[in-house]
Amino acid sequence: MYKIIFNRPIAYKVKHMRVKAPFVAWKRKPGNFVIVISEENGERIPLTIVDSNPNDGTIDLIYQEVGTSTYRMGRKKEGEDIYRIVGPLGKPTHIEKFGTVVAIGGGVGIAPLFPIAKGMMEAGNRVVTILGARTKKLIILEKEMRDISDDLRVWTDDGSYGKKGLVTHALQELIEEGLRPDLVIAIGPTIMMKFVAKMTKENGIKTLVSLNPIMVDGTGMCGACRVIVGGKVKFACVDGPEFDGHLVDYDNLILRLKAYREYERESLERFARFYPQLRSYIFGGEK
Amino acid sequence: MKKSAIHFPEDLKNKLRGRWNEEWRKENRKKMNVKERMSLERTPMLENEPMERIKGFFEVNKGYTPEMALSEARRCMDCPNPTCVLGCPVSIDIPTFIKKIEIGDFLGAVKVIKETNSLPAVCGRVCPQEDQCEGNCIYTKMGKKPVAIGNLERFVADYERTQGAVEVPEIKIKKNKKIAIVGAGPAGLTAAGELAKMGYKVKIFEALHKPGGVLVYGIPEFRLPKAILEKEIDYMKKMGVEIITDFVIGKTATIDELRKEGYEAFFIGSGAGAPWFLGLPGEELNGVYSANEYLTRVNLMKAFKFPEFDTPIPRGKRVAVIGGGNTAMDSVRTAKRLGAEHAMILYRRSRVEMPARIEEAKHAEEEGIEFKFLTNPKRFIGDEDGWVKQVECIRMKLGEPDASGRRRPIPIPGSEHLIDVDIVIIAIGTKPNPLIPNTTPGLELEKWGEIKVNWDTMKTSIPDVFAGGDIARGGATVILAMGDGRKAAHEIDKYLSGE
Repeated sequence: MYKIIFNRPIAYKVKHMRVKAPFVAWKRKPGNFVIVISEENGERIPLTIVDSNPNDGTIDLIYQEVGTSTYRMGRKKEGEDIYRIVGPLGKPTHIEKFGTVVAIGGGVGIAPLFPIAKGMMEAGNRVVTILGARTKKLIILEKEMRDISDDLRVWTDDGSYGKKGLVTHALQELIEEGLRPDLVIAIGPTIMMKFVAKMTKENGIKTLVSLNPIMVDGTGMCGACRVIVGGKVKFACVDGPEFDGHLVDYDNLILRLKAYREYERESLERFARFYPQLRSYIFGGEK
Repeated sequence: MKKSAIHFPEDLKNKLRGRWNEEWRKENRKKMNVKERMSLERTPMLENEPMERIKGFFEVNKGYTPEMALSEARRCMDCPNPTCVLGCPVSIDIPTFIKKIEIGDFLGAVKVIKETNSLPAVCGRVCPQEDQCEGNCIYTKMGKKPVAIGNLERFVADYERTQGAVEVPEIKIKKNKKIAIVGAGPAGLTAAGELAKMGYKVKIFEALHKPGGVLVYGIPEFRLPKAILEKEIDYMKKMGVEIITDFVIGKTATIDELRKEGYEAFFIGSGAGAPWFLGLPGEELNGVYSANEYLTRVNLMKAFKFPEFDTPIPRGKRVAVIGGGNTAMDSVRTAKRLGAEHAMILYRRSRVEMPARIEEAKHAEEEGIEFKFLTNPKRFIGDEDGWVKQVECIRMKLGEPDASGRRRPIPIPGSEHLIDVDIVIIAIGTKPNPLIPNTTPGLELEKWGEIKVNWDTMKTSIPDVFAGGDIARGGATVILAMGDGRKAAHEIDKYLSGE
């Protein structure tokens, strides 16, 4: 059992949980993730470790409530427990001084981007950050990202905050301004990473993406998270989750992420029947 | 040498002979002459009806009644040189435990088994006895049905458990030395149990959230009920074995880091956790699973109870399992229980080459599993949503024997054909997970990444590190893993005693 220090909303259906997991906190590096099982009958889901404090033995997780597992996490309170946390898993990010690094985060993808961008800053890189989301209230960690960035720009699809447009527009703008990044790191929805990678490939900019396929064990045992990279099958849990953005077969990943949609709906319906007070929160949509 | 010994080691011979000469044994042998014993028929296992059992995940075999156990025990002729013992990777004193059953001392029988095997309820269920003890039974050599040693082992283990009489051996000497065991599967649990009995402080580090390894994620409920496994693991804990779950050696901590924490010896029993895929086009489609994933979802994550448990598993109507081993049988029978109308085995050789246990193949057949022999997949075809809908297969014929001694399958040109499916499960084997080798400098490996060991001592290339089970063998059986764990435990004891 892993004790929750706090669990609070930071954006619409996005929550920040700090939880005791001393063995993970001790070892964790930027880019690592954990597998979380919130209740005994729960699923094993991967979540990137956003930050950690080895002295307190805590790790920070940021997650969006989208399905039963994350809603289960979302209703947990300070002092309650998470059933299981295992990690740190995956390969840590390769951090060195590249020069100029453009960090692109889309929606809740900003959370896994933060520790990597921070690592890049600490390694002496110039960090230029692009944050994007559908709308203003889905932008997270703006202050934290600003603190570690030399330049930070916000773009929203609906123009409710920052400039109106997609992160690819923002990248285009930077390139037109004459910026020549040595590395682009893009983390967000698969479709976003696909188009960022397309643009950087055309511009010959090395690009790193972090993939979020469905996982079960998270240690290379099951192959649920297999992705195609450069025509070869890779397991995101042990070979990744970061890969060369120019080599990833995004369309296959998008299809694989949809594999359990009907089951996810059925499971969430059942969950909402158990917690009728959450029904309008779950199915009500943004207001 | 991977195989078990072929001659009686001196100490084993002395132990067996000493007991064979005990008065009660002599008396018992006189009760019935050999001819009478030989005339008795093997007592069949009670099984649930196939059409009933495919409706659920309850156990297929129902076990023996005490009367059945007694009559089966009488068949054993109590040979002076019991070759059955040589077939057992953990050298259980088989005739003594069987004769204890014959005199009605069921708890005494289980005690004999537990001298060398801490998981009898598991072994009685999942061991391939036909290749081991029963394969070496004198009756087998005479062309008769062997004594049902596995069924008897299971009977006494279950008897002890259901009587609530499980006795924990007294640990006489406490040794103030810490040993780390990697993986709570059959190898690790056995090593831990043996070392705990010797008085060492033993801690098992398990990556998953439940102990048991393949026994919990791989072998289905209908072959090994998890409640029974939990009881066996409780027994380990009562002997003083500590188990820490959610701890991935190679990630959460490395062997080198544990050494700094004061561990003086290590046993790696992390299993052959990584699945092989076929490398065929369309393998990335939805609905194509490794057997590891399929079984882990169902067994460990209890997806068969979805939505009560959150982890889903698609309930396919037409399920094709590729492979002919025990894991393939487990997968296809699981699919049947999840409602498949057509649960099929696609195997590239013929029935006789199938590596699955005879009992598993027989149970599968009774349950309506369709076997498509001499059939090999070439590619998987998906629908517009990226879900698998067909397998293109080619027919095979058998040629000359290959390196494995089995006849090599050869494709028949032009015999390509399509099979409609909505789930495909690839059960062609597993390989060692590289997590530990990659993070343990100095550990020498074999061709496929197995940890290189000296098979007489289970020592690796690092003096305080021992290994066994599938991480060294690359994919074998539960009992061989247990045999390795037991052997390693005794070698670790020697190592720590400075011998």
